Amino acid sequence: MELMIRENSQDGQHLLYLEGEIDAYTVSKLRDLLLCLVNRPEVKRVAVDLSAVEYIDSTGIGTFVAAMKACKQTGCELAVQNLSPRVERLFRITGLYERMVPHKGESE
Amino acid sequence: MSQENEDIYTRIVRDYLKGKREDQLYLAQQLGKWLLSRNISPEEVTDMHANVLEHLGDVPEFIQDSFQILTEIMIEYGNAYRSFDSWRSRHQQLQAEIAIATAMQQTLLPETLPQYPNVDIGMISIPAKEMSGDFYHFLCESKSEFTVAIADITGKGIPAAMCMSMLRYAMDSLGEMKLAPGNMLRHLNSVVERNIDPCMFVTMQFGRYNTAQHVFRYATAGQEPGFLYRARENRFFDLEGCGTALGIAAGSEYEEREIYLEPGDFLILLTDGVTERKIGRYYIQREELVSLLEEETSASAQEMANHLYRRLLLLSQFELPDDYTMIVLRRT
Repeated sequence: MELMIRENSQDGQHLLYLEGEIDAYTVSKLRDLLLCLVNRPEVKRVAVDLSAVEYIDSTGIGTFVAAMKACKQTGCELAVQNLSPRVERLFRITGLYERMVPHKGESE
Repeated sequence: MSQENEDIYTRIVRDYLKGKREDQLYLAQQLGKWLLSRNISPEEVTDMHANVLEHLGDVPEFIQDSFQILTEIMIEYGNAYRSFDSWRSRHQQLQAEIAIATAMQQTLLPETLPQYPNVDIGMISIPAKEMSGDFYHFLCESKSEFTVAIADITGKGIPAAMCMSMLRYAMDSLGEMKLAPGNMLRHLNSVVERNIDPCMFVTMQFGRYNTAQHVFRYATAGQEPGFLYRARENRFFDLEGCGTALGIAAGSEYEEREIYLEPGDFLILLTDGVTERKIGRYYIQREELVSLLEEETSASAQEMANHLYRRLLLLSQFELPDDYTMIVLRRT
């Protein structure tokens, strides 16, 4: 299974649409793009739409962890949105959900 | 190329041209293997063939000249072969190092299970590849108490194994302090968060079983929930717990929970290699896992662990994509 990434950007705000499975075989493409984005000074916010992601393994979660840690250094805001129930469960179990999913009322 | 090789080669070609016999072709195959074992390059064999033809009779000039083309092409094949050979040597060296690392990793994992009256303990841990990312640990603290930890380190292979050694040594040091489960995870998170690659994290469930009171007190750090079986109700419950996985955020706190086990009750601690199983095109649901476990409730703890592993392996057509670890603690 492949991972497709589409990217939209406007005024320092980037939105990534992911489609497919995020696992050890596909994760490098996401890791390279995400870490590159959050480390660029002009990028203020990166949102990742996971509505079309059916499966994510621990290496995929690890990529979001690394990006989140990089954001602490750079001040970039990172958020994930539209998680499928299966992916949401994994984000909740690992404790990433409350750190990466904006609360209702926050900007999305 | 030695004269001896050339003489053998000449004899094979000459005899074959005389009678075109199968046994000469077989000899040529054997010679080919022998030349390979002596690192004779394809271009040397081409030169030898040209020389042999000249010894056997008059070779038309255009055939002699055509060997120049063949030799140039064989030089490229020779370069590719030498490069492959070098890669193969490096690969063998790496395999030998991984074998040593795998053996070292095994020393980080306990070989025997704790023995306490009225508690039946079973365990199975199978790596998906040579080196496992799953970790488990038992520590017998006193005549009535032991601790158990089950953990899953992101990814597999050497990075996971290196992280595992860090976990093991941290747990050995902290073990002497007999920390409450929440405190143990808080300390481990501090160690892991400072020393792990930013892409990695560790999920863990850590608990202390009091065999006199049959109370299990535990805390969870991002770990896939296990199961609690209540014999009186003949029903499985999720072994709930919440807490951020180790290595994600400094200063994370871990809530403790407590369970009292009645006779016949048991706990199942597991890694996601048990629950994230693909059967055909879909992933097994927890309810389906419970259905399989319901058929094992009268088995011993070790039988239960072994049977479930075998049944899941059969259902997933003998594919084990992730490390698989399951611990069963039953009050007898």
